[in-house]
Amino acid sequence: MSRVPLPYTQKVLDLFRNPKNLGKLEDANVISVAGNPACGDMITFYMKINEQDVIEKISFESYGCAANIATASIVTEMIKGLHVENAWKDVTWKKVTDEVGGLPSVKFHCGILAVGAVKRAIRKYYEQKGAAPDWLPKDFTFEEKQALEEEELAQKLSKRLKAAEEK
Amino acid sequence: MVENVKALLKAHENLAREVYLDNENSTVVPKEVTDAMLPYYSKKAYGNPTLTHKPGWEAFEVIMESAQKISKSLSAKILEEITFTPGATEANNLALMGAAFANKHKGTKIVISEIEPINVLHVTDLLKKFGFTTTKVPVDTEGFLDLEKLKEAVDKETVLASVSMANNEIGTIQPIKEAVDIVKGKNPEILFHTDASDAYGRIPVNVQDLKVDLATVSSYKILGPRGMGALYVKEGVNVDKILEGQIGTQKLWPGVENTPLIVGFTKASELVFQDFEANVAHMRKMRDKLVDGILGELSDVKFNGAKGDKRVPDNANISIMRCEGEALTIELSLKGVYVSSGSACSRRLLQPSHVLVAIGRRFSEAHGSILMKTTRCHTEEDITYVLEVLPSAVNRIRGIVGSTGVD
Repeated sequence: MSRVPLPYTQKVLDLFRNPKNLGKLEDANVISVAGNPACGDMITFYMKINEQDVIEKISFESYGCAANIATASIVTEMIKGLHVENAWKDVTWKKVTDEVGGLPSVKFHCGILAVGAVKRAIRKYYEQKGAAPDWLPKDFTFEEKQALEEEELAQKLSKRLKAAEEK
Repeated sequence: MVENVKALLKAHENLAREVYLDNENSTVVPKEVTDAMLPYYSKKAYGNPTLTHKPGWEAFEVIMESAQKISKSLSAKILEEITFTPGATEANNLALMGAAFANKHKGTKIVISEIEPINVLHVTDLLKKFGFTTTKVPVDTEGFLDLEKLKEAVDKETVLASVSMANNEIGTIQPIKEAVDIVKGKNPEILFHTDASDAYGRIPVNVQDLKVDLATVSSYKILGPRGMGALYVKEGVNVDKILEGQIGTQKLWPGVENTPLIVGFTKASELVFQDFEANVAHMRKMRDKLVDGILGELSDVKFNGAKGDKRVPDNANISIMRCEGEALTIELSLKGVYVSSGSACSRRLLQPSHVLVAIGRRFSEAHGSILMKTTRCHTEEDITYVLEVLPSAVNRIRGIVGSTGVD
């Protein structure tokens, strides 16, 4: 049972009640997923990035708590209309956290996961294009690593569970 | 932080109705109970029961009478077997640490079930530092203890076994009597503790019939005030006190007795037992209406734990797929319905309810679980209201989830 006190901000509550840019995007050309249902924390972004590399449309779906929903929603608003380079460089998990008025520390990973999913989408976009620009770092960023770590942890836990069942 | 809470509370203005179903974690205290408590703050028995004056003797009298009533409600032999503690957490800490420390010369092995509450699990973790080791006995898919594995787990080195009479999350009633026979059959020296917090007031708890050495009960779980509980310690069983201080009427728990809370706990106990059959029937009726309504209305839901008379009559635990639990608790709260969830969402370590995992539920099933407990005070209208608002709350959260999070 969740026992850590979680005083969400008004902004988180507002976005939880009225999420912006929710749902699938029919004409998306990039779809990225981060997290794992085993963690109770998962986000999908749908993006339509045009030929000038501008994020024309973006939407999300979220399986997670109020902070997960709110951070995913605010990220769509923060990067809509941006060039992917600006989306990559300017949108950090700290900025996302600030935009929702702050988060309880146990919820920081929600913002990190949302930004990790955005970075994944941008990498995927350039993979699909077949050429990566110079500004795109080859190494994973902090947020991408954290998303990976969470997914690996979920897999480890699931495996442990299966092993225990088989015993 | 406080500003955030104020904003959250403002979002709850103008609720049509409020239904508190989170009786796992606290309770609404009925007026009869608070009325019984109030005089003990300023009108009478406000003294320290160990001191030699009228308010002290009044306190002594009411504490002893209360211990007598609680002891009778558990079918204990004498009132001295009851120690009032500031809650079930403290009672479980006292039972495990106190019994382990006092009997260490007999062995250092402890055996518990893998679905014990956190206030047992974490105490056994702590006892590692003092040289004790703990074996956790598995349960089946309904939460019943594997008695064969229990038998294998205990030996000559075992000093203590602890198994909850009814599980706090899924309500499964354990065969405590059989478990005690198995444990004592292998080694009569082993002390057997049961956390009876979720059984007391729901099914008969007769400590002599069960042949347990130690039993925990909780005040708020029978609609008494929070901050009060009791530990039954069978006459002659050695338990060390775990806190030091001025000793009063409670040999095993130091400090000034909280007379109003003891009175409130005792009143709550009287209220639940004076019309026991009817109270239990009411809890069951409300619980069944709630569960039948939810299972009938929503798709992709799973009932967690045992069914029928092997489950306590107040407990409802349901996994709602494609619906994250913490998000649902907030959505329901905004409609005045208060429940808790087995979701791990508030933790970076991502650990969902260990009880649901132990009965073989997938993590996503644990994250989507909600826990509700009905009481003798809930009304038909309360449950009808919950069933009115729950489907739309689930559907809104499922709308946000979409096709994400389906494993």
